[in-house]
Order: sequence, then C-alpha cells, then structure tokens
Amino acid sequence: MTTPDTQVEQDRAVMSRRNFLGFLGKGVACAGALVGAGGAVGAVVSERGNRAFQQNDEQYAEAVNNPPQVPDYNWNDHKWAIGVDTDRCIGCLRCMEACKMENSVQMDANHHRTWVERYVYLEGSNTAIVDSQSDPKNIENTGSETKFRFDNRYRNVKVDKAFFVPKLCNQCEHPSCVQVCPTGATFKAKDGPVLIDTTYCIGCQYCVQACPYGARSFNESRGTVDKCNWCYHRITKGLNPACVEVCPTGTRIFGDRNDPESPVSLFIRNNHVQVLKPEMGNAPNVFYKGTDKEVV
Amino acid sequence: MEHVFDHVTPYIGYVYPNETDVPWSQLIVIYPYITGLVAGAFVISSLYHVFNIKSFAPVSRFALLTALCFMIFAPTPLLFHLGQPTRAFNAVITPHWTSAMAAFGYVAGFYLCLLLLETWFAFRADIVAMSKVKTGIMGKVYGVLTLGSDDVSPHALAIDHKFARILSMIGIPSAMGLHGYVGFVFGSLKTREWWSSDLMPVIFLLSAVASGVGLLIVLYVIVSKFRKTPIIDETMRGLLYVLFAGITIVMVIEALELLEIFYKAREGVDTVKALIAGPIWVGMAIQWIMSVFVLAVTSGLLIFEVHGKRLVNWLFLCGLAIMVGVLAMRWNVVIGGQELSKTMKGLLTFYPEVFGRESLFVVGVISVCPYITLWLVTKLLPPWADGKKAVV
Repeated sequence: MTTPDTQVEQDRAVMSRRNFLGFLGKGVACAGALVGAGGAVGAVVSERGNRAFQQNDEQYAEAVNNPPQVPDYNWNDHKWAIGVDTDRCIGCLRCMEACKMENSVQMDANHHRTWVERYVYLEGSNTAIVDSQSDPKNIENTGSETKFRFDNRYRNVKVDKAFFVPKLCNQCEHPSCVQVCPTGATFKAKDGPVLIDTTYCIGCQYCVQACPYGARSFNESRGTVDKCNWCYHRITKGLNPACVEVCPTGTRIFGDRNDPESPVSLFIRNNHVQVLKPEMGNAPNVFYKGTDKEVV
Repeated sequence: MEHVFDHVTPYIGYVYPNETDVPWSQLIVIYPYITGLVAGAFVISSLYHVFNIKSFAPVSRFALLTALCFMIFAPTPLLFHLGQPTRAFNAVITPHWTSAMAAFGYVAGFYLCLLLLETWFAFRADIVAMSKVKTGIMGKVYGVLTLGSDDVSPHALAIDHKFARILSMIGIPSAMGLHGYVGFVFGSLKTREWWSSDLMPVIFLLSAVASGVGLLIVLYVIVSKFRKTPIIDETMRGLLYVLFAGITIVMVIEALELLEIFYKAREGVDTVKALIAGPIWVGMAIQWIMSVFVLAVTSGLLIFEVHGKRLVNWLFLCGLAIMVGVLAMRWNVVIGGQELSKTMKGLLTFYPEVFGRESLFVVGVISVCPYITLWLVTKLLPPWADGKKAVV
C-alpha cells in the first residue's frame, strides 16, 4: 500500500469533509489517494448509518446562515466554463464521489449533481446502448447504493465503439430553470454558475421539470431543490471544482473564459467542441469534445 | 439492497439518473382537475347570469356555489406538494415574473375574491331574509353575512343583479384565464415532448369545461333525488347541449394533437408511441373510451330527442363518464409527461404512494373536501328556488 493510502486509512475515522478536500487541495492527487477517497465515501456513510448526506443539519444550517465571506472576489471579473474531453474519460466515477462528498449530495442513486454515462455500440448496431452508474445492474454489481461502479456486462460481446460522457450542470446562458422559478430563489450569478438560495426555495420542482439536461434533483430531507454549482464555494477562492480536482485523466477542464490563456479557453480554442442539446436554446457553458450523435 | 429500489421509479431504456425521482406526483394530477371543475361549473352559472339562457336558471346559483367550493380547495394539492409549504407565499411576495407559476397566487386569489363577491350579490336577498327569520347563533351568522346591508327594495335588488352580472362577465375571462394558464404551465415547457404543445392550454380549457358540466349534471341529479324535487327537463337539455359541444371540440383537438406528434415524427417519436402503448395505456384507454361513450350517447340523445327519465339516466352516466375520462386525461398529461424521459431514450413507470404526504390517500381526502364543503354551504345558502322565481 502506498503512503497516501495509509494516510487515508488512518485519517478515515476522523476525516471531515473539509480536511479531506484540504488534503486533496494540497496536491496529493495521485491515483492512490483517489482510490482512498472512494473508500472514504463508504466510510462516512457507514459511520452515520442511513444518513443520506454527509453534513449534519447543524452544519448545513451554519453554512447557509453564515456563508463564508470572500472579500477579494469580484464576480464581474470572471466567466467560468468547463470543458469535457470525453476521449479521456475512463468511467472511474471519482468525480461523482468527490462531488457527493464535497457538496453533501444525497448518497443514493437518484440524486446527483454530476454523473457519468456509458455509450456502447455493439457490433453491427447503429444505436448506442446507454447506461449510467445508477443503472440497477451496476448498483447490484457493487452491492452498495453508495459505491458506484460500472459493471463489466459487455465482457463477452463484440463492441464496435464505446465511450463515457461525464455530465454536470451546464450553467446555461439562458437557463430555463431560472426562467421558471416562481420566487427567484434560483438565479444566474454574473460569473456564470446558476445558484439556488435554499432558504428561499419553496420546493415546487418546476425547475426540475424545466431543465433539459436532468441536472436538478429534489432533496426530500431539506424540501428544496439541489443542483451542481461548479463548487461555487471553491472556485470563488481560486480552487477547481471538486470533480475537476479529482479527475485522474484530465477529462474535465475548468477555467475562466475571460482569460484567453486559461485551460478552458485553450481547450475550446484548440478543439472542435460542441454543447448538449443546442436546439433547446439554452446556450450551455459546458463544452464537449468527442461526443457522438447518440449523446443526449 | 432492496431498499435502494424502494423509491426508484422503474424504467426501461436510458433515463437521466435524477429522473428516477418523479417530481410531480398524483397531487399535481388533481390540481388541474379541480380547477377545471371550477371553470366548467362557472361557465354554466354564467350562461344564465350573463347570457340569460333561461334553461340554466334552476342550477345557476348552485353552479356558482360549486365553483366557489372547488376553488377554495384548488390550491390545496399544491401546498401538499411543496417541499417548503410555509414558504408558499414567497411566490406572491416576490414573484419572479418570467415564471408561469409566479402568477398562480394572483390569478387564483383574484378569482376566489370574484367568486366570493358574486356569491354574496347573488345571495344577499336570501341572507337578509334569513337574518330576519333565524334566531340564535345562526341569526347572528346571517346578520354578519349581510355585511350591514339589509336593503331589499326592488331598486337595491336591481343593483345586486347588475353587480352579479358584471362580476359574472369578468368571471368568464378569469375562469378561462385561470385554466388556460394551467395549460400554459405545462405547455410552455420545451423540455418535455409530451407537454410542449401550443394546443395544451386549449385542451386543458375545453376539457375543463366538459368535466365541469359533467360534475354539475351528476350533482344536480343526485341532489334532486335527495331533495325529492323534480329534475327540470329544459335544464337537462341545456346541459346536454353544452356537454355535446364540449366533448366534440375536446376530442377533435386532442386527436389533432396526437396526429401532429405522429405526423411530424421528430426524433424520439418511437418513444412517444411506446409511452402510449406502455406506461399510460390504461389511462389512454379510459380517456378515449369514456370520451367516445359520451360523444355517442349525447349524439344519440340529441338525434332521438330524448326527454324525461331516460334523458336524466343517460345524461347522468355521461356526466360520470366525462368526469372519469377527464381525470384520466389529467393523469395521462401530468404523469405521462414525466414518464417519457427527457433523454427520449427511456420510459419510466410511475407507481403512486398509497399513504404519506404525497399519496393516494391525501388525494382522496382533498377530492372529497369540496363536496363536503358544498353540502355545508348549501345548508347555509340554499341555492334552490323551489316554487319561486330565481332571485338573481
């Protein structure tokens, strides 16, 4: 076992969410640590029994009522974007587990801020078979509703083509979720991300209906809607979103489009990129390289 | 392992992981259903008050009370559905006007006030009379209900009549607006293929009128049996005409809607076909069998000039059928729309909960409430003008 792994094992019992990400933030992002992080997700859940999310209610209330102040951040100076290089994705799902840890997303298979889809063309077929980590067969394979893995169901068949597509909120330029929110609890920040004021959301779920990408989910425990915000609490402090941070292959590229030399600006300039469901008119801010006609 | 799948809506094909938690449940099925009954009942009331169609005089005040009692409960399913019901008024205090839903508080509130006002004007003479006759606590209640206005001179009654008529006139576009608006809430969502149709508000509106007429037929027949009063043939014929017109137009527009989907045959049309043949086939069957039944029977009643007891019996069945058919149609729209995945590559099959906050039990309780309220309100304000001419 490698040193980072041992470290994670020792810290497991006391490791808080913040420590864990601080630990990652210090740059110990080698593959060993990432496997350790996957283990940590299971550990937190088993400690808390059936608790659906990692922050307890007091911590959540504290975070909502006293949001951290970021004095040096001006949202007019940034225009965040994410690039996804699907050719690089290996479907390891570290992004999803890191997201669930970082953002206290419900651990079950029906609530995700980010997820990964697998597209498989069997030999001679013109259409792809699609599944995600939430597919019942995949869950059955891991034997746990909190540990997600893709199973190896195509082991014995001939596959023409297969690839993974990571999904997350597109933080659209014209977000239909914001359009339909009756209270204005969800809004588009000047720097791009669409945020939710969970102290003002009435839980009508109209936004869940309106999102063309299925990016929103409803947190039954809190009675409000939940969505990916590209880890707004991290990016405003100069950090990467958790999913970008943990990706072992560099599939997800994050950056500021106002900076022409940022990773995402370079990614968009140097590649042929496309967005999902352009016909919806939402003008997404996640740019995909290497997707396919079948990608939804 | 089992409990993982407890709250997962089963599906075939591929659906987005978050979609396995269906956002709008059976409570949202009965919300447009109840507002629809309001719109329909109100239209019947207005046919007499505004257009002065005499055959509706015997039921016009009862129709008004029906509309009022159902309107009181129209927002209840929404409150039960909200994740944070105590914040419901956020949408009214700080409406976000690009949202169709933001207008709900205002539209529903306005319409409820209008119904209350019209009811008061329509019943004021009776209230004044009761306050003079009744003693004890009921006397006091009627005294308060007069709001201090106990002038029943012909001049004052003429003013009452005028106000009731004006309110009724405002009420027609309001009722249409309220229900067309509900259709817009669904039809304006580009995300869902099954909802995203320009015809949606029209379909909602017309089926609303049809179901409201059905409700009124059923209630009128049952109440008359209980009160042992004759069912007026002319009134039943009038209700028959409205029902026939309603069901004809609804069926044509709904058929056109389906035809357009299939004819345009955009990407994913196979999934739409699978939806109709799969998860909602029972609902579709009920909706269309009931519609065809109502169309056939009402046509027959018109062609053969049926009157009397046979008219009552057949029309009563039509009333029940249209109410069941429109309820099935609401299910097919609201639940069906969500069973068709946004990926257009998968279908979910929604199974309602039986007990719980969003459950069939709650739906049952909410559905019964307007009838009980109506029964109590008719005790307080008897709408029937037995033997005497309708006052307003």
